[in-house]
Amino acid sequence: MSERDMLEEIRRSIIMGHLDAEDEGFDGSMEGTPGTVELVEEALEARTEPQQILTVFNAAMEEVGRLFEAGEYLLPDMLASAECVGEAMDVLEPHLAGTADTQKGTFLIATVKGDLHDIGKNIVITMLKGAGYQVRDLGIDVPADDIVAAVKQHKPQYLGLSALLTTTMTEMETVIRKLKEAGITDVKVIIGGAPTSEEFAQKIGADGHCRDALEAVEKLEALRSAS
Amino acid sequence: MAAATMAAVRKALAVDPATRLSADRVQSIHAASLELLDDPGIWCTGERALAVFEAGGCRTARVSEGGRQDGYRVRIPAAVIERALESAPDEVVLGARDPANTLVLRGKEPKVYFGTGSQANLVLESRMASFRSEEAPEQAAMLPVYSESTGSIAHLCRSAHLAEHLSNVDFFIRNVNAQDESIPSEHRDVNIYFAALLHTTKHVQGGLESLEALQPMLRLAELVATDGAEPGGANPGGANPGHADRGATGRDGSVRGLPVSFIACPVKSPLQMVADTAEKVVAIAEADVPLVISCSPQGGSTAPIQEEGMVAQINAEILAGLTLAQLARPGCPVLYGAVPVRARLDNLHDFYGAPEFVHYNLGCVQMARSYGIPCYSSAGVGDAKRPGMQATVEKLPSHLSVAASGAQYIHYAFGLLDRTNVFSPLQAVLDDGAIGLVKQVVRPCSFSADDLTAAVEEIRSVARSSGVFARRVRKQLRRGVVGDAYAFADDGQADRVLERAQRKLEELYQLEPRRLSDATVDRVYAAVPGLIDRRMFDIR
Ligand code: B12
Repeated sequence: MSERDMLEEIRRSIIMGHLDAEDEGFDGSMEGTPGTVELVEEALEARTEPQQILTVFNAAMEEVGRLFEAGEYLLPDMLASAECVGEAMDVLEPHLAGTADTQKGTFLIATVKGDLHDIGKNIVITMLKGAGYQVRDLGIDVPADDIVAAVKQHKPQYLGLSALLTTTMTEMETVIRKLKEAGITDVKVIIGGAPTSEEFAQKIGADGHCRDALEAVEKLEALRSAS
Repeated sequence: MAAATMAAVRKALAVDPATRLSADRVQSIHAASLELLDDPGIWCTGERALAVFEAGGCRTARVSEGGRQDGYRVRIPAAVIERALESAPDEVVLGARDPANTLVLRGKEPKVYFGTGSQANLVLESRMASFRSEEAPEQAAMLPVYSESTGSIAHLCRSAHLAEHLSNVDFFIRNVNAQDESIPSEHRDVNIYFAALLHTTKHVQGGLESLEALQPMLRLAELVATDGAEPGGANPGGANPGHADRGATGRDGSVRGLPVSFIACPVKSPLQMVADTAEKVVAIAEADVPLVISCSPQGGSTAPIQEEGMVAQINAEILAGLTLAQLARPGCPVLYGAVPVRARLDNLHDFYGAPEFVHYNLGCVQMARSYGIPCYSSAGVGDAKRPGMQATVEKLPSHLSVAASGAQYIHYAFGLLDRTNVFSPLQAVLDDGAIGLVKQVVRPCSFSADDLTAAVEEIRSVARSSGVFARRVRKQLRRGVVGDAYAFADDGQADRVLERAQRKLEELYQLEPRRLSDATVDRVYAAVPGLIDRRMFDIR
């Protein structure tokens, strides 16, 4: 297969949400054929530029976003595509190492202390991975001190906090206060979860609030181009 | 015209029937009904019915009971009823202009069809208008405004056109009482049926106001059944009145019934056979045309209000009518017509939003199934005067539970308001949406052992990895086990159900009518007396 054909296959595979050979893809017909993960491995073996593969990821996800907007794709379809990119990123990443400019950045995310809700957070993770971010998930019910420690250790560009309870959203303020106390000022804090709002974000000193995972992708893009 | 094969009939909603009565209770209600038919028996005034009952082995005695005209007490022995139940066919085929709309009802099969019903005197038409708050002019809203008018042939034509295009309407019972003064009473039947048959390719059903209209009606039905066929062909459409096979499975395995069937209410509750409707039952039975034996006692005024009393009585009344039909012509196709309602306790009007309306109907569905006779049931009437929330809330419990019970033929289901006095096209569109949802709710569970194994595998694999099942949803969407939202739900924050439904209504009105061919219309006018000027049937 020519390099062009191979990249086209990867693009198609992502749009079809075809993760790997075990996955059946958008229309149920693709089980047993190489999925995004296998195709990316193959492309790397054939010495395709990792950078080029990354470009295909972006183009494919743009198309998926268009299909979603047009009502042709449901959220599960879009998530399936994002998951393809997320998994393929794990394969691609070691090959990208060193080319710092290809990194969109690291995103650390947690559901705050006292809160067990993570469905929304997991969607955000999938979509951000799909958009090319390196995402590190700290899980649920994470105490503020642990979040601060993780920020110190991994030095992410972004920190995402999720809370679904009116009783736990105040914990976000604690995290931000403790970050300041620890002298950490270079991480952008994005918050989300049903009871939160833009006003609340401003009030507690967060850098942004997102209604949903799509807005998260857009906001991060905006923050990146601003910095 | 090619005869319809079984495969081509209209698809029914198959359900795993929910039940209300235990098998014991069904048996004891049956026994109670038999007891009532023996004592006091049926009070009967009509000579024709009386002759049929006597010839069939019933004991009759002339009586003069306090306050009533003289009549006869007819005691129907259990053995006569059992024989009638045996001779009543388990399968009834209701034909349609479009053979693909043929309905096949089987008494033991819980497969559901929905249709319109009643004969509303008034039609409530609607359009959207914009309103602004007087106190806060920045607050605006779109709301429907209404105009009410007396039902006419023109309304009936539009209603049949609407029913043709509402996807959940399986059959059309003339739902508007056309009161045009220009139509002489002896010609009302043919005009009403013609208005309906002209605009819908679905099965058409209704009462017969005058027995004299039966023969012209059958001629009309035959001509409509052969719409599109060569005139004078050997067997045009297979519709052939008087022939015993009509409305049944033909020798070649094809089904093709008349596009028309009738409803008659021979019994006035409690337990009184009415002379002229009993006569209609006999005549329609003899013509071998499918007939609904419909009874509508009102719990609290003409029947006991408690369900065991209501179901025992209505069951006895339907059995009396059904026995009359089977004695008149053994094997004639009948439907068990249950329209049990409850009285309001302030004014004894019908009360359809009452929980008992559902209980009564569920009992009847089970009685009919125990006999293996298809059940014409009732669901979806609102007491509300206007379309919208009250109406829909009143309708949903019966729409849902009567469908879940597996009644074969649910009438009343579209557009009825104000206790069947008003037909609202807008509410009919809303009901179509609600029934769309109901159909999905009662969808039987269909998984196999393999599906369960696959599910366990899916859980195992996702629990070990992402923890998110969303990707796997796609497969289930393809499998058809994931339903759709309510048709008029809004994606945004605003609730615009009425606005959306009104828009849909207007779109449906704009669709091209599926009229009979001009050639058929000419033949009908040549053969059927009493039809009014054809321009009166034009909805464009
Ligand atoms: C599912 C659910 C649960 C599940 C959670 C399972 C899981 N794995 O997450 C379970 C059953 C465990 C649960 C438990 C409880 N729940 Co609960 N739960 C919900 C429910 C129904 C849905 C939440 C959800 O997943 N939504 C779907 C996702 C896709 O949306 P989302 O979470 O909002 O996420 C999106 C955005 O908000 C945004 N986002 C979210 N986080 C982030 C973070 C970042 C960084 C960004 C950028 C964006 C972002 O993007 C997401 C994707 O688009 C809500 C009802 C509701 N309307 O929200 C109640 C709700 C949140 N729960 C509630 C309650 C009360 C509880 C319990 C206390 C109940 C109890 N008595 O035990 C417990 C609390 C447990 C705990 N300590 O946390 C209440 C909260 C009321 C309040 N006071 O605030 C709610 C609102 C229900 C209600 N109306 O009463 N719950």
